[in-house]
Amino acid sequence: MDGTPAGTADDTWEVAGRRFRSRLIVGTGRYKSLEETAAAIEASGAEIVTVAVRRVNLSDPNAPMLQDFVSPKRYTYLPNTAGCHTANEAVRTLRLAREAGGWNLVKLEVLGPPPYLYPDMEGTLEAAKALIADGFEVMVYCADDPVAAKKLEDMGCVAIMPLGAPIGSGLGLTNPFMIRSIKQNAKVPVLVDAGIGTASDAAKAMELGCDAVLLNSAIAHAKDPVRMAVAMKAAVEAGRNAFLAGRMPWNYQADASSPMTGLIR
Amino acid sequence: MSERIAITVNGEDREIAPGATVAALLTAIGLDTRKVAVERNEEIVPRSTYATVALAQGDRLEIVHFIGGG
Repeated sequence: MDGTPAGTADDTWEVAGRRFRSRLIVGTGRYKSLEETAAAIEASGAEIVTVAVRRVNLSDPNAPMLQDFVSPKRYTYLPNTAGCHTANEAVRTLRLAREAGGWNLVKLEVLGPPPYLYPDMEGTLEAAKALIADGFEVMVYCADDPVAAKKLEDMGCVAIMPLGAPIGSGLGLTNPFMIRSIKQNAKVPVLVDAGIGTASDAAKAMELGCDAVLLNSAIAHAKDPVRMAVAMKAAVEAGRNAFLAGRMPWNYQADASSPMTGLIR
Repeated sequence: MSERIAITVNGEDREIAPGATVAALLTAIGLDTRKVAVERNEEIVPRSTYATVALAQGDRLEIVHFIGGG
């Protein structure tokens, strides 16, 4: 007996034919240094990491690169389209990512304007269609909108990733009912992407039945990122186990745990 | 033969020798070709063609790599 309930040790999930054990995907942005990035990602236990595509600094071509600290041989790189506000920008960005790394599994996000950077679903649908036609496997960041989520699934996206709250806000799950609804309607993995602020938010997302959680700032902007990475790993596992265990019913009155018989008088 | 042609690389104006290839440009900048990707006039330049694609006057290049992101 190692304390692991039967069945949970083999509890893996699959996206686009690839199988993963960790249900935590972490971003690689906003850390103080590349060393801290590497340490936090290691502590999180993540197997997939998101990465951004940006112009190289022509005046400093020998600057240290992310790949030197977070090896694409060890972690599955999931290139994103962060900062893209049109379908065309997103498609160009991911074609460059595919050429740079050879990966066709990508995270699509087409964002509306600040201050919310809420997903632009018109642009997202347009970009998803173009990317799928071009052979990409698209994990898609989207509004917490069950109708849009279904459209994205029907056109062939390999994972649906509604926001919990705006990117980098740390507000948690602002609309848990819609996250649950999207999960219940989907045949592909559903991940909460964006908005997670602390461990309980990640656990809650998993308790709703989500297949995994994607977060970045909650770890990178914690006072101690490595320790928060440990917390997130545990929270995702706890939430997953709680979901599999099946929670007790809500009961709006007391139901004593100790026998009501045999009391002294 | 000192004529140069003008191109744009990551939004910066640059002058190169006529007939210079993508590979020559990357070498001149000092970049490891294995860690970058190149777009020329909004079309991907496959890595296998860097040594043969000659740049032309007015070309707009984007040279990118991976950085931290969420």
